[in-house]
Amino acid sequence: MPYILCFTVNRFMSPIPLSYYLVVSTLIFFIGMLGVLTRRNVLIILMSIELMLNAANINFIVFSYYLNSLRGQIFVFFVMTVAAAEAAVGLAVIVYLFRNKNTVNDDEFSLMRW
Amino acid sequence: MLLVIIFTIFAAITIISAGMVAFSQNIVYSAFSLLFTFFGIAGLYVLLAADFLAATQLLIYVGGILVLLLFGVMLTHKIQEVNLSNESMRLAPAAIVVLAFLGLLSIAIYRTQWPTVPVPELTPTTARIGTLFMTDYLLPFEIASLVLLTALVGAVFIARGRVKK
Repeated sequence: MPYILCFTVNRFMSPIPLSYYLVVSTLIFFIGMLGVLTRRNVLIILMSIELMLNAANINFIVFSYYLNSLRGQIFVFFVMTVAAAEAAVGLAVIVYLFRNKNTVNDDEFSLMRW
Repeated sequence: MLLVIIFTIFAAITIISAGMVAFSQNIVYSAFSLLFTFFGIAGLYVLLAADFLAATQLLIYVGGILVLLLFGVMLTHKIQEVNLSNESMRLAPAAIVVLAFLGLLSIAIYRTQWPTVPVPELTPTTARIGTLFMTDYLLPFEIASLVLLTALVGAVFIARGRVKK
């Protein structure tokens, strides 16, 4: 099903410029960066990190398409693996912190600050 | 021309919902906006002829990571509490940093002559990705499985709480 979509899209239409995709991924990356820098909720920070990882993935796939090499897509799989592991461990840490401090505001987590 | 319109729709969905993820005051709205962001990005993958990755994006991100994040939202907020909001702080310095980097990258994207090769006839990517994983990228593939195993065991160990003796 995705392949049929890809095929129809790419068979009958000319591709659009590479820099359009780069602009989109740059915007997503900086939205995620702004989220990490400004928000105080740890869950929102985790979601913003996912946004930044996805922006990097878009770049990998754009260059893999325009350079006609599949190796960029391979790297996207590794990024997805690390993102899944990061979400699992991050959620576990957040649940543990919430159990101990009863909040998810990251200003409260200053135990290791000297 | 049609392709540009489709691309614009997907890009708009992705960017607007990404903004809602980062700036919405309600954390449940943020989590559900993340769903639309992932769908928009999968649409961009389809436009870029990455069919297997578009499906994988939906399976892993929407089916796995997003559900995990929603669990986190539900577990760490008392649902009966009316006020789920959280305030933004330190907006000005963060905005300055982000705008500076954004300007730098925009200039870089605009000025660089990106090298491209002519896009060939499309073929399914799944078999070729599998071949690459089993030949050139075999060691990273196995290490990735080890990373996942370690992360799973660690997550269970951290989150399970204290065992009563």
